[in-house]
Amino acid sequence: MTEEQNQPGNRLPAEEGGVHAIGERRGMFGVSGTGDTSGYGGLRQPVLYPGATQRPFGGWFDDVADALEQRLADGELDLAVEQVVVYRGEITFHVRREDLLAVAQLLRDDEKLRFEFCSGVSGVHYPDDRGRELHAVYHLLSMTHNRRIRLEVAVPDADPHVPSLVAVYPTNDWHERETFDMFGIVFDGHPALTRILMPDDWPGHPQRKDYPLGGIPVEYKGGSIPPPDERRSYN
Amino acid sequence: MTTEQDFYAGGADTSGGKVFTVSGQDWDSISEGLSDAGVADERVVVNMGPQHPSTHGVLRLILEIEGETVTEARCGIGYLHTGIEKNMEYRTWVQGTTFCTRMDYLSPFYNEATYALGVERLLDVEDEIPEKAQVMRVLLMELNRISSHLVAIATGGMEIGALTVMTVGFRERELVLDLFELITGLRMNHAFIRPGGVAQDLPPGALDEIRDFVALMKKRLPEYAALCNANPIFKARLVDVGHLDLAGCLALGMSGPVLRSAGYPWDLRKTQPYSGYEDYDFEVQTWDTCDSYGRFRVRLAEMHESLKIVEQAADRLADLEGAPVMIADKKIGWPSQLAIGSDGMGNSLDHIRHIMGESMEALIHHFKLVTEGFRVPPGQAYVPVESPRGELGAHVVSDGGTRPFRAHFRDPSFTNLQATSVMSEGGQVADVIVAIASIDPVMGGVDR
Amino acid sequence: MGIEEKLPSGVLLTTVEGVAGYFRKASFWPATFGLACCAIEMMTSGGPKYDLARFGMEVFRASPRQADLMIVAGRVSQKMAPVLRQIYDQMAEPKWVLAMGVCASSGGMFNNYAIVQGVDHVVPVDMYLPGCPPRPEMLIDAILKLHDQVQSGKLGANRLAQIEERETAALKALPTSEMRGLLR
Repeated sequence: MTEEQNQPGNRLPAEEGGVHAIGERRGMFGVSGTGDTSGYGGLRQPVLYPGATQRPFGGWFDDVADALEQRLADGELDLAVEQVVVYRGEITFHVRREDLLAVAQLLRDDEKLRFEFCSGVSGVHYPDDRGRELHAVYHLLSMTHNRRIRLEVAVPDADPHVPSLVAVYPTNDWHERETFDMFGIVFDGHPALTRILMPDDWPGHPQRKDYPLGGIPVEYKGGSIPPPDERRSYN
Repeated sequence: MTTEQDFYAGGADTSGGKVFTVSGQDWDSISEGLSDAGVADERVVVNMGPQHPSTHGVLRLILEIEGETVTEARCGIGYLHTGIEKNMEYRTWVQGTTFCTRMDYLSPFYNEATYALGVERLLDVEDEIPEKAQVMRVLLMELNRISSHLVAIATGGMEIGALTVMTVGFRERELVLDLFELITGLRMNHAFIRPGGVAQDLPPGALDEIRDFVALMKKRLPEYAALCNANPIFKARLVDVGHLDLAGCLALGMSGPVLRSAGYPWDLRKTQPYSGYEDYDFEVQTWDTCDSYGRFRVRLAEMHESLKIVEQAADRLADLEGAPVMIADKKIGWPSQLAIGSDGMGNSLDHIRHIMGESMEALIHHFKLVTEGFRVPPGQAYVPVESPRGELGAHVVSDGGTRPFRAHFRDPSFTNLQATSVMSEGGQVADVIVAIASIDPVMGGVDR
Repeated sequence: MGIEEKLPSGVLLTTVEGVAGYFRKASFWPATFGLACCAIEMMTSGGPKYDLARFGMEVFRASPRQADLMIVAGRVSQKMAPVLRQIYDQMAEPKWVLAMGVCASSGGMFNNYAIVQGVDHVVPVDMYLPGCPPRPEMLIDAILKLHDQVQSGKLGANRLAQIEERETAALKALPTSEMRGLLR
């Protein structure tokens, strides 16, 4: 349990379903070592993300999950969806990367699903999620049924390849280029995977957590303020 | 300056062929160079931008042209990449508003709104946002829609040479910016819509100003219609230019006026309402020709609808005198109010008296919220809004801390700009400008 | 009626430098280098309410070769910096640079990998204008202060002397990093 839940009147809602721990929070306000007389530096709390939700999900989530399960079973892709998370009224399907293209095709073409509109890929880097560091998150919208779902694919740092969805959703062209540019996720099958936001010869992938923010200290009348990523901060 | 001294003039041989930099009065050197190597049969690649008056900000267009026809058109973007999303990971949740507001700088309230809505969904306080805050959000967003469409029409007009449209558009926009300054304190990049509500209450006299504005705009907006709608030159430049039918729009993930100009009435304010939009009476505007003229007419009509919404919001605000504008939960709601003091703008003396003299808890809350910020439970949320350019959504990921773990903005201009190739190839060079102007991209949102 | 009536015998005395400075400042054409939010405020300064045309500046020349002033309006990213330098080099002498907004002056709130921390890393700047974004009135104020600089600019040998004088003064001046104890 996180520390905040023990404080009275604090706004932490009940968790729907299980939790998925990724990494831990060390200390509270950036103090560590012998200088820490408060003791907060020794605080260790696991970071608990919402985990798999049990059926029934409620509302139209069940219809979508049932239809998807059925189509996947027809195509012998039963293991494609690793888990389903329903949190804050939004449903996330965690999909295996090998089956991503098939799942996307199904989601777009089947009449009960009909998720014609893909809002793009968003990359997230979880450095503590060993073996599954880079997540690619797709938001799909069904205009016919007026619904939104999310697909999440996790790939390891050592092998950051995800099949490209440009064949199914051409709108992902630039989004995948941006995710490659910022995170280093290589989208196999993309027509022209090059850097789009950074200069073409830029080394590294800036939005990864191990890439520094890259600021410079600011001097003003004798005082010097370190760049934002080097300041002492709350954890 | 002769070509010997000027580093940039004259031709250069590169691995991709001969490169000419056109600087004026040197057409003979180019035509000589072209006829020399027998390159006259090959296609010419023209690079427009990134600094160019006819591109909406720093957009680089690489056009392969044969005569006057564009055979291939590509966009080079990234010249305004600011790393805002990464910067937000090093600031608290409320400070993130100040950063995201500068992405799509012509519709700052929308950036703030989608971010705040995402954070509120993660905090699970969506039902506790006070009604006055919701109404103020709608009011400011619709005023922003008017100002953004005015810029779209003004710069679109300027790019095709109709400079009067620009002066008239900016004249009206000043009225909207005066309202923004009155309510939020800033003309642009207000960090006003924050997770939990809005930053300040409506100042006295604001409702009268809003009503005067609405009355004035009702007389001024028909001027645009009178100036442009049936104008033969305007129509000749815009009709059948940048054609993208419904199938193309959906394949490319277009949203906003581009999609609505193809006839499909998809508007998130109607289909997936947020901030109380379901209580307002307005129509979704569409047009059925899938070209630039249709998009212009959609934007013009949307301004009228926005004016209707502003009027309704002002009426609702008249009944909400004295209502709170921040969430009641003191552990999330931004505590202080600003006021104009003797040395400029700062914390209001009432607030300082309250935290220093009256309530210890208020002092603690103020201190903790300003230094540490509130903590958001781990998870992710995506709440898109209908910005003037299309679907703008913030994918917000929290790891339970005081800072966003990841805040990615799905910007409509980024997605809509992919249609440049489809709209321009096969057309004339001059139509490329018009097509891009009709998409109305804002490079701050494209590059973030 | 005008100044013509007040001249003794219809003769006006001035200096070549004064007249040249006056002509340069009164018809000071900016090059379009609008990048981000500041560009919008620059465009509104050219608009009807805050009119730059009254200073002879409503003509924003697209071609840098015809411009005198480059107003760097907005944040300059790493990708854009070489383009900025290229545009600056293409401008003909005499030229001035106005860094509009905090992003152009010092990197602004974006202290990170993507933004050049002040365009003075790339081009020599004559006027820094803070603000995020600066109001059109602030921009006009900065332009008018720059007008004073332009008016006082000398020609020929005097110009070389003026440049040398300014450089020695700048070299002797106390650097900002040495200014201590002023935070109070």
